[in-house]
Amino acid sequence: MFERRLYYHIDWALLLAILALCGLGVAMIYSTTSDPTRAVSRMYITQLYAICLGLVAMVVMLTFDYRTFTDKSHLIYIGLLALLLYVMFFGMVQMGARRWIPLKVFNLQPSEFAKVGVALVLAKFFGENRGSPSWTDLAIGGALTMLPFFLIVKEPDLGTAVTLLPVFLAIAYLAGMKMRILGILALCGILAAPIAWRFALKDYQKSRISTFLDPSQDAKGAGYQQIQARITVGSGGTSGKGFTKGTQGQLRFLPVAHNDFIFSVLAEEQGFAGVLVALGLYLFVILRALEAARLAKDRLGSYLVLGVLASFTFQVIYNITMSAGLAPVKGLTLPLMSYGGSSMIATLAGFGLILNVRMRRFTN
Amino acid sequence: MASVEDRRRITIRLTILQYLITVVFSVLAVSFWVLQVVQHAKFEEMAENNHQRTLALRAPRGLVLDRDGKVLVENRQSYSISIVREHTKDLNRTIRLLAAVLGIDEAGVRTIVDRHRREPSYRPITIVQDATLAQVSAVRARRLDFELPDVVVEQVPTRRYPETIGAHLFGYVGEVNDAQVAGGEGGLKSGDIVGQSGIEKVYNAMLMGQDGAKRVVVNSVGREIRTLEEEQPTEGKRLQLTVDIDVQKAIEDGFDSLGFNGAAVVLDPNNGDVLGFTSRPAYDPNAFAAGIDRVTWASLTSDEDRPLNDRAIQGRYSPGSTFKMAVATAALQEGVITPDFKVHCVGSATFYGRPFKCWKKGGHGTMDLRHAIEQSCNVYFYTIGNMTGIDKIHKWATLLGLGEKSGIDLPNEVQGLVPSPEWKQQYRKEKWYAGETVSVSIGQGSVSVTPVSMAVYAATLANGGTRVTPHLLKAVDDGSGWKPVPPPAPRSREPIDPVKLQAIRDGLWMVVNQAGTGHNALIKGPDGKPIHDVSGKTGTAQVISNQGKERAGKTDKDLRDNGWFVFFAPRDNPQIAGVVFLEHGVHGSNAALVAHHVLDTFFAKKDGRPLPPRPELKANLVP
Repeated sequence: MFERRLYYHIDWALLLAILALCGLGVAMIYSTTSDPTRAVSRMYITQLYAICLGLVAMVVMLTFDYRTFTDKSHLIYIGLLALLLYVMFFGMVQMGARRWIPLKVFNLQPSEFAKVGVALVLAKFFGENRGSPSWTDLAIGGALTMLPFFLIVKEPDLGTAVTLLPVFLAIAYLAGMKMRILGILALCGILAAPIAWRFALKDYQKSRISTFLDPSQDAKGAGYQQIQARITVGSGGTSGKGFTKGTQGQLRFLPVAHNDFIFSVLAEEQGFAGVLVALGLYLFVILRALEAARLAKDRLGSYLVLGVLASFTFQVIYNITMSAGLAPVKGLTLPLMSYGGSSMIATLAGFGLILNVRMRRFTN
Repeated sequence: MASVEDRRRITIRLTILQYLITVVFSVLAVSFWVLQVVQHAKFEEMAENNHQRTLALRAPRGLVLDRDGKVLVENRQSYSISIVREHTKDLNRTIRLLAAVLGIDEAGVRTIVDRHRREPSYRPITIVQDATLAQVSAVRARRLDFELPDVVVEQVPTRRYPETIGAHLFGYVGEVNDAQVAGGEGGLKSGDIVGQSGIEKVYNAMLMGQDGAKRVVVNSVGREIRTLEEEQPTEGKRLQLTVDIDVQKAIEDGFDSLGFNGAAVVLDPNNGDVLGFTSRPAYDPNAFAAGIDRVTWASLTSDEDRPLNDRAIQGRYSPGSTFKMAVATAALQEGVITPDFKVHCVGSATFYGRPFKCWKKGGHGTMDLRHAIEQSCNVYFYTIGNMTGIDKIHKWATLLGLGEKSGIDLPNEVQGLVPSPEWKQQYRKEKWYAGETVSVSIGQGSVSVTPVSMAVYAATLANGGTRVTPHLLKAVDDGSGWKPVPPPAPRSREPIDPVKLQAIRDGLWMVVNQAGTGHNALIKGPDGKPIHDVSGKTGTAQVISNQGKERAGKTDKDLRDNGWFVFFAPRDNPQIAGVVFLEHGVHGSNAALVAHHVLDTFFAKKDGRPLPPRPELKANLVP
């Protein structure tokens, strides 16, 4: 269990950076949801609770050796699939999607935990083999990823589902997947795009992509958010409009400012200076976690760290790009900063695993 | 060893990822730098436009008061409902919903929107002007629910004409047209409400206030969050008119009671103050105040009676017998006759080989000027007109105000015509025939006059030769107190010999007080005796010759004669002068009925008697 000397090997710098980002998120949530013309919003309080719960989850993840989790990963994986199936039939519907299991305190979103679950099971699976993974290994790993992927797509929540793919790709990459195969996969993706366009994507998804290419063609509809995002970020300037002084977020020109577009609000109110700080913190967190992957005492540890980090990094980069109006609008939140309990708990639990791997790099 | 190989591969691949992610973050940082620092100014302006709106605060137009300070034209608050497309996501939905909420035709709303589609999207498209309270509250309720965020309700001060009198005098207001904006008078901008006719137009620059503005912060659904700055509108200047509301009402009541179309102008002969002014048929200026609807406008413009036409300054009519005083003045002043000059009338007379009839078949016998005026004897005036000659008649008719513009402060006045040989040579390329002078002597032939010039004519005879300029503006208040506006200078001053003038005045007095045709204008005191020596002259002018009338046979067209009555009172120290003209009024004595009520009202007010009640006048329709 937890030995006293392990305490000294906790990566306090990483933890501090994570907490700084959480704090930044709470401040921005407070700013965007404190509208003087409305009743005082308690959203930032809820977020604080979520952070506390997340820290508890993180401690739990630290307490046991990460191999304990990977050993039980098949059970965790099956449990997750069961939850996703439960959501599919009995979940709560909000904004046209069935994503949540209502709990007393807040609504649980199993798809957020699927990322950690998939990272665990893939780390275990690839960690057991030496050398480059074979085609069969890749197929099985792919299948393990696609099962929850499709369950989440059906909710529908394409955005969250897509974040599972980097988990698989990153672990396979680290496990020594041939670069050629990566190239082939990329080629397949490009070739599949027109087919997906024609058969798989819904109209609103198509319009988001086409308006991304030319926002002005639908300035009032799908292009609206993108234009507003750019205005929000651009009007922030070097030093920003000041805390709670942003006009774009405060006056609701930007939708779901406390959620998907929280980074735009940060850019508006704290300016380029604030953006640099936040970007720096995220970059520090990611590089520091990569360091943990490098230091891990076994392949399993490295794969686990990268698996957890992959969906996090993907989401951070995509969300920030979208916040500046430089990517199609997709309902992807910014981990650690956006409002959302499940995401916060799952992310902090994931970082618990990363800290765990680094902390136990000398143990046997 | 595979494990070592694994570790090496992992290290290399992690290093690649490290660099990759660092590069991606650098690209992100540069992108934000471009947006936030390089293009900051552009986006800052867009953000400002996003959340700030400038709303116009309409300035009320200045009040218009009568000479005693009674309100003639005022303002009321009205509500207009408009669509601002700036944040509209689905215009069709807005149109559909708004039409349903307002209870109006959806196609109509669509037409209005289409008409303004090319204008900038921040400019409101007014759908309903002067909305009912029910409509306003319906829209407001929906707005609170964010159902109609792109619909605004504006409070607009709107012109109100409390009593529908003096339509052509006050004129009407309307949205400024493109030509007026291009003309650039006084910095007009699209959407301004300006005077389009009457004094609303002439004194528009004074009446128009200075619009204010309010800069507000709005949220994404267009709801006002708070006001940044507010510039209050300045009300337009208040105008006091020379008009006496009681005299004005008396004229209108007289016309209403008789039912004829026509015009009337009543002046103070001593300075040209217009006491009353009307043209019939009239329209309701209130119909224009909040934007006239197409149906009403179409009915006004297509009406054969042309209600928008101001007959008092734009109608030209043959003066008939009312012209005879001009001939008498010319003959007396030029020394051609004396008041005692006598002519024998046998019912007709021959000039230049052509017979000219008197209206009285048996003739009037021998009479002097006074009785000739009283009896309106044609033969007498044929004779003295012929003796005086067209040049002198033209000179004196002009000096008395006929055939000229009066110079009244109303738009688009037209000029009448008193013919002369020069005029005929110039415009008809013909020589003047001496026989024409004979026709002109009784106000026939090419003579045509406007009612307002007839009022000036009456005033000039009343004051002894000063051709006053009729005017409506008495004083202006720009907020710092009333400042009187001096009356404009008379157009000409040619004193008439008092002795000669008295003969004419006596004749006119006899028309009303003795055996003449103006008896209807006589006003009586409480004891039943005539008061204030009303003097006047009727005129009955054919609109078609007797032969023409027979040729036309039965026709829908009104061919009845026009009736005139020019008057002043009291005879020896006139305080009021004017004219009543009845289109197809059959006879001038019918016009005298209206004049009677006007004079009765005017003097009752002066003498402190109770004003006469609304009259019930009966016209004599036998030709």
